[in-house]
Amino acid sequence: MPQASVWFLRAAMVHLLLGFAAGGLLLAQKGLPLPAPVAPLLGAHRDLVLVGWMGQCALGVAWWILPRYPREPVRGPEWPARAAWWLVNGGVLVAAIARPAGGALAGYAGIALGAILLVGALLPRVKAFGR
Amino acid sequence: MPRVSRWLVRSALVALLLGLGTLAAIAARPVAGLPAWVVLLDPAAIHLLTVGWLTQMVFGVALWMFPRASAAAPRGSQRLGWLAWAGLNVGLALRVVAEPLALTGQPLPGLLILSALLQFLAALAFVVNVWPRVRARP
Repeated sequence: MPQASVWFLRAAMVHLLLGFAAGGLLLAQKGLPLPAPVAPLLGAHRDLVLVGWMGQCALGVAWWILPRYPREPVRGPEWPARAAWWLVNGGVLVAAIARPAGGALAGYAGIALGAILLVGALLPRVKAFGR
Repeated sequence: MPRVSRWLVRSALVALLLGLGTLAAIAARPVAGLPAWVVLLDPAAIHLLTVGWLTQMVFGVALWMFPRASAAAPRGSQRLGWLAWAGLNVGLALRVVAEPLALTGQPLPGLLILSALLQFLAALAFVVNVWPRVRARP
């Protein structure tokens, strides 16, 4: 497994735990008044699970297993994956933390830029074997 | 494919059908004359698809296909794998029952909290089991 995929998959698992913890609080408060309001966690729960966990897990596996090039670097230059990792993870955290202060837009911009970078690197690898 | 992965993938496929069926029932309610409480199943349907289908499918395939943990236990702890399967599915089933009741003003706090804890425990069991297998080739 390439190093970039290790970063994506390990970060995805951290997002899974954070997202499920937020979701657990949201579910529990439907039957039990909690000391602090947890409703503002809904947006963070959604971003952590859908983008941080599922989206990032798919990207990490795609970087690992999509067809490789016949010569080095077999997965293409690694910088788009490294940059995308920072942009996606920074974006999810900014969107989750800064949402009440209107920071979600900056977070989503980072996520979108990271996704564009990685999709640009992955698209040429979606090809028939031997090409 | 290891046994726990087969159960995770089978359960994921069942959750897909249940989630889509629930969404279809919600959409069909006005024309099919279904009771009003059907719409309260919407959050459960979303979680059947995102947790029961997508997340569970990832769990099953990852336990099967990620790099081997060791020669002695290539796919890590089977016990943690089964804990993830049981926690996710029992937790999700409790949610499907308890959440609509809570939305109608008849909350069962114990079931909701147990559901939340079981699903988090499932995620934790998966992460503890799979984390050492996510590593760069030496």
